[in-house]
Amino acid sequence: MIEQSINKEPIIATDNNGIVIDIRGLYKSFGAHNDVLKGVNITVNKGENLVVLGKSGSGKSVTIKCVVGLVAADKGEIKVFGTDITELDDKQLNAIRIRIGFLFQNAALYDSMTVRQNLAFPLKRHSKSLSPKQEEDAIKEALDNVGLAEAIDKMPAELSGGMRKRIGLARTLILKPEIILYDEPTTGLDTITSREISELILAIQKKNKTSSIIITHDMACAKLTADRIVILKDGIIEAEGSYEELEKSDNDWVRSFFI
Amino acid sequence: MVISLKNIFNDAGNVTQFTARFFKEVLKPPYEIKEFIRQCYVIGYRSLPLVGITGFIMGLVLTLQSRPTLAEFGAESWLPGMVALSLIREIAPVITALICAGKISSGIGAELGSMKVTEQIDAMEVSAIDPYKYLVITRILATTLMVPLLVVFADGVGVLGGYAGININSDVNLLNYFSKVLESLDFIDIIPATIKTFFFGFFIGMIGCYKGYTAASGTESVGKAANSAVVAASLTIFVIDMLAVQLTDIFF
Repeated sequence: MIEQSINKEPIIATDNNGIVIDIRGLYKSFGAHNDVLKGVNITVNKGENLVVLGKSGSGKSVTIKCVVGLVAADKGEIKVFGTDITELDDKQLNAIRIRIGFLFQNAALYDSMTVRQNLAFPLKRHSKSLSPKQEEDAIKEALDNVGLAEAIDKMPAELSGGMRKRIGLARTLILKPEIILYDEPTTGLDTITSREISELILAIQKKNKTSSIIITHDMACAKLTADRIVILKDGIIEAEGSYEELEKSDNDWVRSFFI
Repeated sequence: MVISLKNIFNDAGNVTQFTARFFKEVLKPPYEIKEFIRQCYVIGYRSLPLVGITGFIMGLVLTLQSRPTLAEFGAESWLPGMVALSLIREIAPVITALICAGKISSGIGAELGSMKVTEQIDAMEVSAIDPYKYLVITRILATTLMVPLLVVFADGVGVLGGYAGININSDVNLLNYFSKVLESLDFIDIIPATIKTFFFGFFIGMIGCYKGYTAASGTESVGKAANSAVVAASLTIFVIDMLAVQLTDIFF
C-alpha cells in the first residue's frame, strides 16, 4: 500500500539481463593532479550484495557518489536500471534517486528533526496520498525493521553511533528502495554493534530483495554480507571474486586484506 | 597575485550563479511553506528581544548625547523630532541590519555549513529533495521579509527609548512627545528607509546561505562560513546604505 503511494515515476529503460548497476570506464579527478578513478568497471546484479574494498583514498566512496549523481563523472557510463544517469536532467535523475537508498558514513540524520520527522521528511515529499495513519505505520515499520521503535521521538543528538546508523538505515528503507548504497556502514562502531549492522544489511537484502553496494574496511562485515567482492587500488579494479576466492588469491596485496 | 585575482573572479561568478538560481527557482513549485514559516519564526520572532533592547538603548543614548548640544542653542524642543528622524532614516535600519548580520547571517552560515560537512545536504539530494529550495530559498525569503519588520520594531522601541532619555532630565508628557515626533516625520522619511531594509534582509540571507552552502569539508570550514558571512554581510549593508542614501537624494 505504502509502496504504491510513493510517487515513483516510470524510468526510461529497465534493467538488462538482471544487471541493476553497470559502471563502464568511470573516470573522476579532483584538480589537475588528483585522479581518483581511472576507468572503473563494476556491475551489480539484481538481489546481489557487492562489497567494495580498498585503501582509504582509493575512490570507493566517490564511485557510489557517482552512482547517485552526487559527484559528476568526468568520463564513463553509469547505467542504473539500464539508464545512463550521466545523461539525465535533474528531474529524470530524481526519478532514479527515489529508487536508490544511500546510507552515509555518519548516517547524516537531520539534526534539527526528531527521528519521526527524519523518517517522515522523504516520505511526505514522495508519497503525498498517504493518510497520517499510513504515514505513522510506515515510520513504525521502518523503525521496527532496524529494532529501534522506542527511539521515535528522540533527537539525533540523543542517539549513540550505532543507533544513528540504524535510524539512517530506517530512513533509507522508508521509500522502499530497490538498490541500497552503504558508505562504510560499520565504521566507528564496536565489534558487537558492527555485527548487528552487518546482520541487518543481510536481513534487508533477504526481506526486501534489494541489490547493494557496500563500501567497507570491516572484513567481518564483508565476509558476512558479500555475495561478491571487488577491490579498488589507485582508482582501478585490482581484483574481483567471492570472499573465499580472494582470500586465497595469488596476489599478496589482495591477500593482505584478509589477514 | 594572479591566483588571488582568479579566486576573486571565481567567487564573484559563484555568488552571481547562486543568486541567479534564487530568482530562477523562487516561483517554481514545490513551495516549502511550512519551512518558510518556521524560518520566519526563528529569524523574526526570536530576534525580537535583541533588536528591542538594542533599539531602546539606541534611542536613549542618542537623546542623552544630543541634548547638551541642542540645549546650547536653546533648541531642546527639537529633540523628539531629531531623535525620531535620525533613528528612522538611518540609525535603526543600519544598526538592526548589522545585528541581524551578526545573529542571523552567521547562524545560517554555521547551520548550513555544518549540514554540508555532516552530509545532511547530500542526504536531501539523494532523497530527490532539492536542498536549495528547502534550505536556501526559505531562508532568503524569511530574512527579506523579517528584517524590515524588525527594523520597524526597532524604530518604535527606539522612539520610546528617546522618550525615556528625555524624561531623565525633564518631565515631558508621552502624548506631547509623540505629537512632536509625528510632526517632524514625512512619508518621504519612512519609505526610502524601509525599502532599503528589504535589500538588507535579502543580502543577509543570501550571504549566510552562500557561505554555508558552499562550505568546504571539515569542521574548521563551519567556523569560517559563519565568520565570513558576518564580515561580508556587514560590509554589504554599508555599501547598500551608501547607494540608498545617494539614490534617495536624487529621487526624493
